[in-house]
Parts: sequence; structure tokens; C-alpha cells
Amino acid sequence: MKGGWLRVYAIVYLVFLYLPVLLLPMFAFNQGTVIAFPLKGFTTEWFVQLAGIQALHGALLNSVFVAFVTASLSVIFGICAARASTRFRFPYKGTIMGVIMVPLVLPEIIVAVSLLVVMVQVLDLPLSAWTVIAGHTLICTPFAIAILTSSFQGLDQSLEEAAVDLGETRWGAFKNIILPLVSPGIVASFLICFTISLDEFIIAFFLTGAEPTLPVYIWSQLRFPTKIPAVMALGTLMLVASLIILSVAEFYRRRGVARVGGKDSGGFL
Amino acid sequence: MSIISLRGIEKYYGDYHALKGIECEIAEGEFFSLLGPSGCGKTTLLRVIAGFEDVSGGTVVIGGQDMAGVPANKRPTNMVFQSYAIFPHLSVAENVGYGLRRARLSAADMSAKVDDALKMVGLEGFGARASHALSGGQRQRVALARALILEPKVLLLDEPLSALDKKMREQMQSELRRLQRQVGITFILVTHDQEEALIMSDRIAVMFEGEIAQLASPQELYRRPATRRVGEFIGVMNFLDARQIDIGSDEVRFAVEGLGDINIRVKNLPKGARSFAPVVGLRPEALSINYEANAKSAVPGKIVDLSYYGDMTYYEVLLDGTSQPVTISMKNLTSRPILERGSETRVTWDEGSLVVFAN
Amino acid sequence: MVSPTAVYVLLLLAAPLAAVVTFSFWTQDFLTIDRSFTLANYVEAFSDPLYRVLMVRSLVISGIVTVVTVVLAFPIAYFVSFYVPPERKALWIFLITIPFWTSYLLRVFLWKVILGFNGVLNSGLLSLGVIDEPITFILYNANAVVITLAHAFAPFTILPIYVALEKIDRSLLEASRDLGESRVTTFFRVTLPLAMPGVVAATLIVFIPTIGDYVTPRLVGGPNGLMIANMIQTQFLKLNNAPMGATLAVLAMFAVTAISLVFVLFNRRYLR
Repeated sequence: MKGGWLRVYAIVYLVFLYLPVLLLPMFAFNQGTVIAFPLKGFTTEWFVQLAGIQALHGALLNSVFVAFVTASLSVIFGICAARASTRFRFPYKGTIMGVIMVPLVLPEIIVAVSLLVVMVQVLDLPLSAWTVIAGHTLICTPFAIAILTSSFQGLDQSLEEAAVDLGETRWGAFKNIILPLVSPGIVASFLICFTISLDEFIIAFFLTGAEPTLPVYIWSQLRFPTKIPAVMALGTLMLVASLIILSVAEFYRRRGVARVGGKDSGGFL
Repeated sequence: MSIISLRGIEKYYGDYHALKGIECEIAEGEFFSLLGPSGCGKTTLLRVIAGFEDVSGGTVVIGGQDMAGVPANKRPTNMVFQSYAIFPHLSVAENVGYGLRRARLSAADMSAKVDDALKMVGLEGFGARASHALSGGQRQRVALARALILEPKVLLLDEPLSALDKKMREQMQSELRRLQRQVGITFILVTHDQEEALIMSDRIAVMFEGEIAQLASPQELYRRPATRRVGEFIGVMNFLDARQIDIGSDEVRFAVEGLGDINIRVKNLPKGARSFAPVVGLRPEALSINYEANAKSAVPGKIVDLSYYGDMTYYEVLLDGTSQPVTISMKNLTSRPILERGSETRVTWDEGSLVVFAN
Repeated sequence: MVSPTAVYVLLLLAAPLAAVVTFSFWTQDFLTIDRSFTLANYVEAFSDPLYRVLMVRSLVISGIVTVVTVVLAFPIAYFVSFYVPPERKALWIFLITIPFWTSYLLRVFLWKVILGFNGVLNSGLLSLGVIDEPITFILYNANAVVITLAHAFAPFTILPIYVALEKIDRSLLEASRDLGESRVTTFFRVTLPLAMPGVVAATLIVFIPTIGDYVTPRLVGGPNGLMIANMIQTQFLKLNNAPMGATLAVLAMFAVTAISLVFVLFNRRYLR
């Protein structure tokens, strides 16, 4: 085997990465109410319990709504920015694109605090799902741009000109040629933004109104030891959902790569 | 009758003057090439004709109609792109039939037309293939079929052969030529490869820095380049310093460095020129190594280098009294021994092939 | 076309940031905000040892987390880029990213379970006989914060380094060997300098957000592991002192930016 010690290290590192993830289902199916070893025995009781918690259902619906709107907005903004940056030249392009990408590296608490100040103290708006959406869109857009830029960049510019040359209008060429070709990127970036928004805590924590999002709800439950096994079950379900969403996203991304005849060069981000 | 008239075409990119008053008439049914080094404006000119670039000044007339304000999708031109621009998400047939969507043909008519077009480019039965699985030569053919199916007045080809390997390129050159004769449509080819332009074209416009330096048939371009630069760009040309010493009624006398005094007939001089450049040009085949020691007009020289090509040998000969060697090509006949580097020899020339440039 | 996105970002980022900066120069007395310009918050932030300790601790913890994360991640990126066959690289990258699609809150919480008094680690070590009684120095302090954050940011460090390593033309390494360098010296003279853009990116990607992390210090940090974000949250949501919270946020932002700029400046020769 090549890379002997490095391989051993890589495997140890993977164990480190997977340690918490493996514990999640373990405790979700554990009979004991205390989250500690030794395990007490197998049960699906916690999953059954989930079905009866009204507050959880509300939070889940709220989160899905926030994530859906956030992902839609981010993708639209992402398409605009990615197309503009790959296709056109305009003054201060570097600066503008740089500013748009800033939320990617800004500590989230800063984003949360600044939005809170503006929403509450300056504009005097009530906090609601929409304030969370505003914040989430801000941090998701750079991700959408990153994914969509690589989709747009892979496109040969003359494809669009060829369509126009063959009789399409500019809009027709965009609709019939460009959009189908970047659609895998659109789907992938939508799903990524959806997942990020679904999991985001700090911004939601600051900006959420009377109806919490799922992570905010989970946070409130973590204080009560008796609620934790159910939270573990919930986490397990969310992990499975995330994995399904991501597999779909990856599938679309690969199809996109194959479609434009490119070579696959790795996964997301 | 000309299918395309370009009148005083100007193009600026900011301060950069890309096209400087291009004047050109392109005849119906001709194979026309725009030839020049990269950055000379040939692709820009093609894109101006196609409607992808706005002009800063001048008019483009296609088929008697002024193209001002006519967008690319409404022009009677179609283009084969350098990258071919084959839509990767569509099949070969869908690519070829792409432009027919507006024609609202029945499915049967449509597929018949597509099949005909594919047949024309030698891709019969390829219709159902996924387009990203095609080879370079096949993509090229699909691009051709896709453009020709619309029966444009003019087919524009932007360096269509540059992405192919040498063998494939040569094959496509003759095939394109055959196709052009078959369909009778005007082809405008952009290329930086002078050999390709010579082989394929009826007429060639040689462009440098946004201007047409010479517009002529391949033979004339080669035999009578208008400027030293055109002569240098097309094929190999030797340049010798020359001075005009006497003007007769039907001959002009030049003193040429290394060769001596030479009379040139007026019909071989550039038309309308009042004075001449202090240099004359000679193609390698206009000079020859003299194998008989008693030739009259031979001048002495020394072979400084040679390249053997099988059918030909190219000698680098330093003529007495000159500082730069000239290139001489000789056909290799069994009666002609290959001379060695360093040997002394004598050189003769064909007076009629001497090229004089206007000043 | 870029305009809608740019306008959105300006509206929701630039304007709010400006508002925060403005707020930091105001004061608040219970619910009324005094809008006269004052540096009082900044004076307090620098003089009160509580804020100073939190700020310094945040920077130190972020620094340690960054170093630990990058140093641990580099060999993985190197391994995947140089030793994993090309057709399995995507799989490895996928394997590395999967754990991070678990809820962030729950991952942090599970680290608490792992590191706790009767946690996974202690019960494991006890049953193996490595230790006689549970070890306690790894929960509710800065160590726990470092471990948890090093885990949380793993993919964000591995990926940029991996991308930088992938870009290295392998013939450069052969050229170096051909010119007489050993594997090890080639690594230091060719591979590492060429991978530096990735390392710098990874460093910033970890360092900047870590400063603002709230969940990890709160769940596993204990009283001595709390960081500046926890204080910002307290000022805003508990003490109703938005101006003070804003001041701390501005200071944290400046500290991070300054340190990042210095870091980039020191490495600029690698970044071209």
C-alpha cells in the first residue's frame, strides 16, 4: 500500500470526524434516558415520541419555509451575479464581487448582530421568519454564487452565440441553451442553500420571532435532559434527510459535469 | 455580383482601433479567406459580418440589404465557431436541426432535412448520438451541417480547423472545398495559416493591424505580394537590397545586392507606383544552384547550411558581397548531387520572378 | 445583472454594519438610547478586565484552533491528493464532508457527551485500564472548545488545501527530484510553497468565523471557556445594552481583520 503512515493517519482522522456522527443514531435508539455509556438496549420509542410534539412540528414547518425561500432567493441572486461575473466586464467588478462574497468569511455573530440592530433598533420591524430569511439569504448567496460561477464558467461562450446565429433571440438562447446547461448547478446550489439555512443557528437565534426555527427549537430542548433522547432521534432523521438532499445535489452536479463533457474534479465546495 | 459589401468598417474597443476602414467586396459563391496573424482583426471582421459585434463606423451590406440594426439571429449568415459550439445537452440530430425550429416543419420533413444535412457532411446515421461523445472531426462536421441546413447566403468559418491534428486538418481542407463547390454558398474563412488559405481560397484578404494589406487570388498573393510584409507572411521570401539606377520605356534597371544589375519589365512592376522600395524579393524557387560551371549570369556564393526534405533540398547560400544568406529550393533529381555545407557554388535567378515593392 | 445581488448585499450587509458601528458610539440606559456621540463604550471595553480577558481569550483560542485544525488537516489533504487514486478522490472528499451535514448544534452537543465525566472517552479509557479515574481537564474549558472547533472546521480546511495541492503540476516534483532534491526537501522547497495559497485560505476560513462562535463555548467551554460572542449575545439579548454589544462586535471585527491582514501580508509572496 502506498503512503503507509499517511493512510493510517487518514483513517484515524476519519474516526475523529465520524465519532459524533456515529454516536447520534446510537443514542437515538438507546433505551436509557441519560446520554452516557453503557447503552441500555434498543428502542424506537424516541422516534415515536417525536410525532407527538406540536412545537417541533411548528419549528420544522417554519424552518422548511425559511430554507425554501432562502434557497430560492439565493439562487436567483446567485444566477445574476455568476452570469454577470463570468460573461460581462463592468467597472469595479472585482470590488463588487468581493463585497458580495464577504458574508462567507464574516463571523456569523457579526451578521446576526448587525441585522438585529437594523431590524429592531433602526427599522423597528417585528422579528419573524422574514428577518431570518433576510439573514440566511445573505450568507447563502455566496455559496450559490460559488457553485453557479463554476457552472457558468464551464460554458463555452460561443454556445450562446451559436444559438443566436441559428435564429434565437438573446433571451431564447439564454432560456434554451444556457439555463438547461447550468440547471444542474441551479439544483445543486438550491439544495446546498436549503441545507445551510435548515441547519443555521446563530442568525436564526438572534432574528427569529415568536416561531423558532428547528435549530433554535433544538437549542431550547438541550437544556432539559429528559428531552435529549428525542432530540437525538430528531438529529438522526435530519442527518438522513441531509444525506438524501446532498446525494441528489451531487447527482445533479455530476450530471452537469458530464453534460458539458467536462472531467469530474471532486465534490462540493 | 457581390453578396457582401463592407464599406469603411471601423471598430474601436475603447481606445484600441481594431478595424481601420475596411473596404471589401465578396462575390457570390466564392471561397473567401481572411488571413493574418493573431490580433490583426480578422475574427473581429467576421463577427461584424455575423452581427456579434457592432461597428463603430461604416456599413455592412449582405445580399443588397444594409445590416445596420439587424441582429445576428436575423442575418442571412451562419457561423461555424472555432470551438464548434456544439450544444452538449442535445443529440447530434437536435443540434443539426436546432435552427429549423422556427421553420415549423413537420416532424418527417424535419428529420429528412437533418438526415440530408448529416449525409452531406458524411455523418449518416449519427443523428441519435450524444454530442459530447463525438471526436473533433465529427464535431466539426456537425457544426457545418447545423449551419448549412439553414441555407444561409454566407457561411462564416472562424478558424474551424485549428483544433484538429495535421492529418485530420488536411482531410477537412479538401472536404470543405468540395462542400463549398457542391452547395455553391459563399464561404468566408478566418485563418492564420497561410498554407490553408492558399489551398482553399478563391481570394484572400491579408490583414495586418486592422487593415487589409492585400486582397488577391492565392497565385497573385504568392507571386506578386504587394508589400514586403505580405511577402514575408506568405511562404518564404528572400529580400535583397536594391537601388533603381535607370528607367527605360519598357524596362527599369535595378542594382541588386549580390546579384548585380538587373532589368525588370514594366509589366512586372507594381501598377501605378512612382518610386520603389529599396529592396526586392525572390522566392526560394526563383533562385537556383547552377550545376554547370559555364553559366553566363551566375553569381558566386557559399553554402552555409542545408535542409534535406526528401523531394526538395533547401540551401542557405551566402552570396558574395552580402551579409544575410538567401534560401534556395532545389528539386532533388538523381542527376543533382546534394551539395555539402561549406562548398562554393554559383547561383542563377529567374528575372521574371523578381518582386519589386512600391514605396 | 450583478446589481440586484449587489444591492441586496449593500442593503443587508453594508448598511447593518454601518448601523452597528454607529451604535457602538451611543449608549443605552435600560430601554432608552442616548444618541450623543461618545467613546465611553470603547473606554469601558478596554478598561474592564472582563471584556479584555474575553477578547484576549477569544483571539488565543481562535489562534490555537486555527493552528491545530490546519496542522491536522494538511496531511489528510496531502494524502487524498497524492496517494488516493484519481477515481477514488471524489469518494474520499465525500467521506470527509458527510459528518458535517449533521446538525451543528448536535455535533457540538455530542462532543460534550464524548468528553464528559462519564462520557465516551472516559468510559472507553477506563475499561481499557489506561486511566483509573475519569479525566476532567477536557470538558468545560478551553481544551474542549479547541477540540470541538477543530472538528467543526475540518472540511473547511481540508478542501482549500486539497484544491491547492491538486493544482500542483506533478512534473514540478519530478523536476525537483531530477535536480537532486530528496522527497523531503522537495516537499519543503516545491510542494509546500505551492500549497500555501490553500493553507492561507484555510487559515482565514477557520480563524475568522471561530472568533464569533457562540454555540461551542456555551456548550462545552464552561465558565473559563466562554468567548466574546457569548458576551455580545448577553449584551444584546440579556442586558439590553445594544451599544455595548455593538462595541464588542466592532472590536472583535477589527481584531480579526487586522490579524488576518497581517497574516496575508506575511504570506503575500506565496499568493502572487
